[in-house]
Amino acid sequence: MTLEALLRLEAVTCAYDGTPVVVGADLEIGASDFTGIVGPSGSGKTTLLRAVLGTVTPVSGRIWRRPGLRVGYVPQVETVNWSFPVTVAEAVLMSRTTGRRLPWPSAAELAEVASVLDRLGIGGLGRRHIRELSGGQQQRVFLARALLRQPQLLLLDEPTSGVDVRTRHDILHLLADLNLGGLAVVLTTHDLNGIAAHLPQLVCLNTEITGRGTPQEVLTPDVLERTYGAPMEVLEHGGMPIVVDLYRQRENVVRFRRDAS
Amino acid sequence: MTWITEPLEFAFFRNGLMVATLAGALCGLVGVYVTLRGMSYIGHGLSHAIFGGAAASALVGFNFYLGAGLWGMASALAIGRVTRRRIIGSDAAIGVITTASFAFGIALLGLYGQVRKSIDAAIFGSVLGVTMGDVWVVGGVTVAAALVVLGFYRKLLFTTFDPEVADVSGVNTARMDALLMLLLSVSILATMKVLGVVLIAAILVIPSVVARMLTNSFARMLWLSTVIGAVCGFVGMTVSYHLDISSGATIVLVGAALFAVVFAVTGPRSRRRAAGPGAPIGLAAPRPTV
Repeated sequence: MTLEALLRLEAVTCAYDGTPVVVGADLEIGASDFTGIVGPSGSGKTTLLRAVLGTVTPVSGRIWRRPGLRVGYVPQVETVNWSFPVTVAEAVLMSRTTGRRLPWPSAAELAEVASVLDRLGIGGLGRRHIRELSGGQQQRVFLARALLRQPQLLLLDEPTSGVDVRTRHDILHLLADLNLGGLAVVLTTHDLNGIAAHLPQLVCLNTEITGRGTPQEVLTPDVLERTYGAPMEVLEHGGMPIVVDLYRQRENVVRFRRDAS
Repeated sequence: MTWITEPLEFAFFRNGLMVATLAGALCGLVGVYVTLRGMSYIGHGLSHAIFGGAAASALVGFNFYLGAGLWGMASALAIGRVTRRRIIGSDAAIGVITTASFAFGIALLGLYGQVRKSIDAAIFGSVLGVTMGDVWVVGGVTVAAALVVLGFYRKLLFTTFDPEVADVSGVNTARMDALLMLLLSVSILATMKVLGVVLIAAILVIPSVVARMLTNSFARMLWLSTVIGAVCGFVGMTVSYHLDISSGATIVLVGAALFAVVFAVTGPRSRRRAAGPGAPIGLAAPRPTV
């Protein structure tokens, strides 16, 4: 274990109703890590994240956390109730559950919320209802909520799900800046080209960890086929791997052909 | 004006009016969490369950609040135990246990009690049986509920809005859930005399739904719902006296009328707000791409 380790999983296995979802996972997260966990749907990415969070108890293995570790968590936006009556400021401030006992925020807290919203590029939206925001803005609100707790480790579950390309880039840049500022970041994603290929470290997961390393080391046809159970080709563009889905046509599927006339 | 002041000459009405106003405020306050958590059915079920305990307590001469409260807690535990088997969903468990408890109460009163009058009063509420002691009880519970909501405001809000993230952020969500269940049970217990068992669920829901149509802020929804509940209680009790209709029914009808007015006046946006989680309009509404 490295000196800067925040968290370590040793042979962790998680199961639901006796069915293993994550098997024998070994993973160490350091203080300056920026790691993506990739894999197909149902591969155990969210379960692994929840094991790190402590909301899922492994059936075997061990999880070590640095004493006093503060973890911030940004859930998938699909799990959020957008009709809930909270403004942006209320949604961010609700994570401040220790210290002040009075329900209304202090001037210092309001300033802190405003500062974090400004930092994430959504300053001035404090009074808006969360449903009135764009997908990218909504993601930033929950990022702000997590950051208000001044975490050392930030966990994000599919942070770019359902957002456009520009927003995806903005969120990646934001996370990269936070990581440079000393925050360890771990995210799950199924977006290989849009997200995974840009991250410094990847962990491939399909119930078991099938590969780990830089995108160049991990995004190879062999590892990808083991992870996704489907053949893939990897091209290179500007030093970056680009994953291409090798769809093999079946005989009974008519191939679509654009009519030249 | 005499329409309002005339019944105030009678002590039973003054007591009933105070209890109804406080009960409306209490249910309005607690009802915000009930509706936002989708717990309306639990509120409905618990009130039915407590009726069984109330009937049994009345027959054996046991303290009403204690007996009904213990019975309600036992019902809640039974619901939890049955649900944990996972074969039966919580709605089915609630449906079986609470209706059985309700039927038990009906049977007891039918066999051994004062029959018609007692059943009507217990089911639909009655101002006649309200004493000064009841005023103190409802007042005390209302103040306690307000203190709990204020003291645990952010934890309750976080747990209600996003229990998973609240849990990993250090909030003891199990304790918050238990606190809310306790608050709900005690509120039902304190208000069932004037509201009646059947209609408590309505007054838990209506003020908060009306408030939701008027605001997007949780804090504003809390105090609006409390005020709306109090108004429903006050106006409903006054109407109940003059029309000689059960107090629970008139309080709920006043709330329903207010809902209809706000629904009509505030338009489609407020209906989307009030539609709550999973509402197709809310999910289908296109989000701006900026």
